[in-house]
This record gives sequence, structure tokens and C-alpha cells, in this order.
Amino acid sequence: MIIDNISRIADIITRHQESILNDWLHEQLVALSARQDLISESNLRLQSTELLSLFVPACNTGSLSDITQPEWAFVLDFLNKISSSRAILGFSPSETATFIFSLKQPLFDCLRQELNSDAEVLVDELWIATVLLDKLGLYTTEVFQKSREEIIRRQQRDMLELSTPVVKLWDGILAVPLIGTLDSIRTQVVMETLLQSIVDTGSHIAILDITGVPIVDTMIAQNLLKTVAAARLMGSECIICGIRPQIAQTMVHLGVAFGDVVTKATLSDALAYAFRRINRAVIQQVAHD
Amino acid sequence: MSVSSKVLPMRTEEDLMIVRQTVKAWMIEQEFSLLEQTKLVTAISEIGRNALVYGGGGSALLEQLLENCRVGIRVTIEDQGPGIADIEQALQDAYSTGNGLGFGLSGAKRLVMDFDICSKPGQGTRIKMTVWN
Repeated sequence: MIIDNISRIADIITRHQESILNDWLHEQLVALSARQDLISESNLRLQSTELLSLFVPACNTGSLSDITQPEWAFVLDFLNKISSSRAILGFSPSETATFIFSLKQPLFDCLRQELNSDAEVLVDELWIATVLLDKLGLYTTEVFQKSREEIIRRQQRDMLELSTPVVKLWDGILAVPLIGTLDSIRTQVVMETLLQSIVDTGSHIAILDITGVPIVDTMIAQNLLKTVAAARLMGSECIICGIRPQIAQTMVHLGVAFGDVVTKATLSDALAYAFRRINRAVIQQVAHD
Repeated sequence: MSVSSKVLPMRTEEDLMIVRQTVKAWMIEQEFSLLEQTKLVTAISEIGRNALVYGGGGSALLEQLLENCRVGIRVTIEDQGPGIADIEQALQDAYSTGNGLGFGLSGAKRLVMDFDICSKPGQGTRIKMTVWN
């Protein structure tokens, strides 16, 4: 078996580097013809050249059947970089893996040219090459996936923070515009920021605006009530506003209610009520001519 | 008659959100009123969460229906959880084995036109909800 001997792949790539590179680039451009807005040809050439220059020494010194060996570290590192950058650029996983898989055709062509006199060696070398490239291709997909998940996790964190601002409407009046589904993690964040703001501003009234909450089911109602109860324990009164007609009707059918919590249709109704509670009034000034 | 259908997983809160959004998009397409949209989506939220919390997750079958020129949507949510021993009791308002408000199951039933529950202890729960426009 050739696996025990030294494979000729590295040697063949070195001697045909230029033609392999050109064919490979051509394959990539065909595969990515629709995505030329995402990456330029010169950039692609640069990446391909660099990968080949790392690939050959790894083939020379390392095992061709095990890419976890330290000799492959530079290649994997480089693929890591490429995959992550392509995930951010908006490539699909298969487009990213194509970077490696499109090397097969040019490489196999060269192997066939060089080894056409010995069918057995040719088959062995082809097998080694295909297994190796499959592994590297799958590696890019794995890294791609991880980068994507990282992006999603970051966005989730961003959204969690973005979606729970507490704003001061007036001296003693806070407002919390809630947006999206109020799950238990969200409720926890809202409760913490609200309670802290109550302490910081010494407010007596907090308005929870649910205009941006698409539906109110029993869990969301329960979570809202928990928030109200916590604010009450700290001496603040809560008003729930932004209840749209379809939400009100659905809540009635569902059989949930906000108990003795004051509810209003709009934020301005809630603000008017809050002004009355803290003995403030908005008056229209008479114009003096 | 089912015109088109789709099976979606129901394993996480995100899955539940995707089911809700898919149904909502279908209902907008079929010109259901905003109230009907909100009612069905809320019912899905209740039943879906039951499947997640008590049933350990399952799946949702979404179907677009057409019968005598009337369009409808049917959502079947299934789990392989412990099942419900006494359906009558579970359908009572303010009854909960967990720490919920106890309005989920009975409330969801009131939110849709046709509600069919099928459950046996140890064999999971299947709930079919249908609305017509």
C-alpha cells in the first residue's frame, strides 16, 4: 500500500503549481459566478495561492490521512480565517466549502497526467487526495457553522439589551417600552433594569408599554404581573398600556386579566393618568398678543 | 381537504416562534382578520408551550385547508410526554399541575373554532386546532 510510502501529491503539486492554481481559480469563479459582489478575483487568487503554499509543506512533512497532526496547524488556521470571514461576508456554507472542493478537479487532472502509467498508484493517490480534501472541506463547514452561531449569539445578546430600555418620562415617572416576546429571560432583564431605575430615580410610577408585544398569552401575562408585583414591593405603582383591540379581545377569550393593575390603551392615556396620580396637570397657556 | 402542509419541530422556544410566524404569514396571505390571527397565534403559543414544558417537546403539523370555497388553517401539535390523565379536569379554568395560571388549555380551546384533544397517560398528547375564514 502506498499509504506507508511517501505520497507523491506534494511533489506533483509543487511541479504543477501554476497550472493547478489557474484551473482551481477558474473552478472557483465558475462556482461563485453569482457571488462576485462578495469577493474579488484578485482576493480569491491571493487566498488560493496562500493555501497552496501552506498545503505543500504540510503534505511533505505531515500525515496525509490525519489533519489533526501539528503539521496541519497552519493550513487549518488559514482555513479558519477564511471560513469566518466568509461567514461574515454572507457566503453560504456550501459556497465556503467549494473553496476546498473545487481544488479536486485540477489536482486529479494532474495526478492522472503524472501517474497514468500505473493505475494502482493512481487510484491510491486519488483516494488519499479525495479523503484529505473532504476532511479539509468539512473543516471549513464546521468553522463556518461556529462563526455563524457566534454571530447569532452576539445578536441575541444585543437584542436583549436593546429591547429593554427604561426611560424617564417625568420626575417620578418611568416608562418601559417592551418589544417582542416576553419570555422568562427577558422578564428577568426587564425586572432588574426597572427595579434598579426605580431606586436610582426614586420614581413612584412605572408605565409598562406593551404596544410592541405581538401577543399576550398566559405566560406573558404572568411575567408582566410578576414585574408589577416586584415594583409594588418597592413602593411603585405600575400602569400597563399599549393594549391593542385584538390583544384585549384575545385576553378575554383566553381568560387572563391583569387583576387590579391599571391598564390604558395608549401611552399618552397612561401618562395623563400618571400625572393625576402625582398631582401634576398639563395646562394650555393663553396666548398674549 | 389539505392544500399544502408543513411539519415543523417543536423543541425550543425558537421553534415555537417559527411556528407562530409561519402561521401568521399564512393567515395574512389568506386575509384572516387581525383578531383571528392574534387568537390562533396565541392559542398556538399556549399549546406549544405546554408541549415544550410538560411534553418535553414534539412537533407541529401546519395545514392549509380548502373546503367548499372556504379557506382554513389547521395546526396539530403533538408531544410524546406523559399525557393527560383527566382531560375534563385539565380543561377547567384555573386548573394547573404546574405553576402556570391554568388558563392555557381551556383558554386556547375558546380561541379557536375547532379544538380536538387526544391524550392518554404515557402516550403523549395531540391537539388539533382549526380556524376557517
